[in-house]
Amino acid sequence: MRDVAVVGFAQRQMQDFDGSPTCVELLVPVFKECYEQTGWTRRDIGFWCSGSSDYLAGRSFSFVQAVDAIGVIPPVNESHVEMDLAWAMYEAWLKIQTGEVDTALVYAFGKSSAGVLRRTLGLQLDPYTMTPLWPDTVSLAGLQARAGIDAGLWDEQAMAEVALRSLTDAEKNEHAVRRGGSSVPELLARPLYADPLRKHDCAPVTDGAAAIVLAAGDRAREVRDRPAWLSGISHHIDPMSMGTRDLTRSPSAARSAAALDLTGVDVAELHAPFSHQELVLHRELALADDVRINPSGGALTGNPMFSAGGIRVGEAARRIWAGESDKALAHATSGPALQQNLVCTLGAATGSTTGGHR
Amino acid sequence: MPRTLSAPVTVAFDYTRSTGPVLGRFFTGLRDGVLVAGRTTDGEVVVPPPEYDPVTHEPTTEFVEVSPVGSVTSWTWVSEPVAGQPFDRPFAFALVLLDGATRPFLHALDVASPAEVTTGMRVQVRWRAERTGSITDIEAFEPAADGDGDGDERADGVPGTPRTTLDPVTRIVTPVALDYTYAASPEESAFYRGLAEGRILGQRCPTCAKVYVPPRSACPADGTPTTDEVELAQTGTVTTFCIVNVPFLGQRIKPPYVSAYVLLDGADIAFLHLILEVPAEEVRMGMRVEAVWKPREEWGTTIENISHFKPTGEPDAAYDTYSQHL
Repeated sequence: MRDVAVVGFAQRQMQDFDGSPTCVELLVPVFKECYEQTGWTRRDIGFWCSGSSDYLAGRSFSFVQAVDAIGVIPPVNESHVEMDLAWAMYEAWLKIQTGEVDTALVYAFGKSSAGVLRRTLGLQLDPYTMTPLWPDTVSLAGLQARAGIDAGLWDEQAMAEVALRSLTDAEKNEHAVRRGGSSVPELLARPLYADPLRKHDCAPVTDGAAAIVLAAGDRAREVRDRPAWLSGISHHIDPMSMGTRDLTRSPSAARSAAALDLTGVDVAELHAPFSHQELVLHRELALADDVRINPSGGALTGNPMFSAGGIRVGEAARRIWAGESDKALAHATSGPALQQNLVCTLGAATGSTTGGHR
Repeated sequence: MPRTLSAPVTVAFDYTRSTGPVLGRFFTGLRDGVLVAGRTTDGEVVVPPPEYDPVTHEPTTEFVEVSPVGSVTSWTWVSEPVAGQPFDRPFAFALVLLDGATRPFLHALDVASPAEVTTGMRVQVRWRAERTGSITDIEAFEPAADGDGDGDERADGVPGTPRTTLDPVTRIVTPVALDYTYAASPEESAFYRGLAEGRILGQRCPTCAKVYVPPRSACPADGTPTTDEVELAQTGTVTTFCIVNVPFLGQRIKPPYVSAYVLLDGADIAFLHLILEVPAEEVRMGMRVEAVWKPREEWGTTIENISHFKPTGEPDAAYDTYSQHL
């Protein structure tokens, strides 16, 4: 395995992006920040990969149009996944492992506010037996939250505690679109939105974009004194149907974590778009009680579709660069109710890279 | 004035899907008022039946009928329904464990308020009067009539007895329609606003000086944000074209007609529009053309302000003048 590190990260999160769904005008400054951080130009990037969805844009091949933001003369080595930035990063990590390239810039973008996001995501479901009912993302999460409450695994108080900590931490995050904690009793006094969920239990609809720069070996060392070395990546998928899995668990998250060495993790950025999902993940990843969860505020304070999972990786990497963490965990999810999960570890030390597919 | 122009857009398509043997059996059952489950090798009875066994990965072949009555295992309240959901007023989505099944089934539950739902409550299927073989043949679940629902439904989980039917459901149509507010980029917005003034605007890349029309936010060649606005001539050269002979839904002009790339004078990228006022067979590469605008009172912020392009009558442009733009 080659040593590969996260060496650049830029993001934008906003409630409404006043621009086009292809988000070219948003990506140009995000890429500029990555060039400034690395000292590289686009010619130094060996591989490009994006994560996005045409369903958000309401426009076919929106990811092809977004390539304008790169500049493709001479031609570039480029790919796309209809998934979160974190999965685009996984593809880029694999590409670097092949030895074909040493560097990659992965990016994602999406204008969730162009449609009704919780409805648009109904297109992620089984088109025969689920989509025709248009079960929205929030309802599916509500079913999951209730299942855990009924099973005695968490309660509304525990969910509010997650929301409060996230909103409080987000006060220090300039990118968060929702911030400002008050108190658990105040949160619990707010009206129910999708019983048993209140609005603060649900990630805000967020537009945005993000980019991550990966580099192998010495290329990483030329950029950062403390590159955030990717010491392990793993991802798994649970059944899509809501009936064929235990919604209080996330076996795919547990299995992803089991493939990695989580010893010594001090920070975990978890992509939990609903408060109870952080509680599910905490259990499935078997995180120690002293692990700092979501110091960025997490997805409850800003969840740009197709970027928010990768932003967890970027936030974790920033803490390694700054010396605030020696080993961090980042998690990304996609699909209904934590169906698909990617877990990676980042550290200040190289070596012990493990893929999740052994 | 907002920075960018926007307009509502609906993207819709009716997908016709073949059902295959497993879901076909399920949908045939729904049409006939029967709930068909699949039995998996690990002993689960699942509705809708999974197409492949989760353990052996073999196609599901064992089917059982389960009761239209069951118990709620989880529920959530939909306070603000979205388009396409089973009701346009508040309702519940529920997971229902049908009697005879071992895994719950997702559908709507028709009650007036969340106070009327509890986990464990007994509910029953309310069938739609006219059924076609689709998941919406079940209108919704509703509270069970007699509290426990042990009525005239079939015995729980009776195996075998697949009903033979002369016209099994093999295809379903699943309409998808999504509504968006489409926003133009700032550069596109300037372009459309220019059209409302009878002008054709492009943007110049500050790095390579190429002029793009319609304008793009970034130069696709070098990734630089475009900056300078450039007003383009209303004349140009046909670089390539297509004679449309095929009729299609929504077509506005009777074929044959010509759709062409026009390289406007001063632009570095060709622009797609119609060539009219000339027989289709006379259109050629290098032909000089000019924009023909609709009457001013019909103008909006749209490319349709330009009705089409027509020949100017000038001699054809030399190949060298457009060879780099093919």
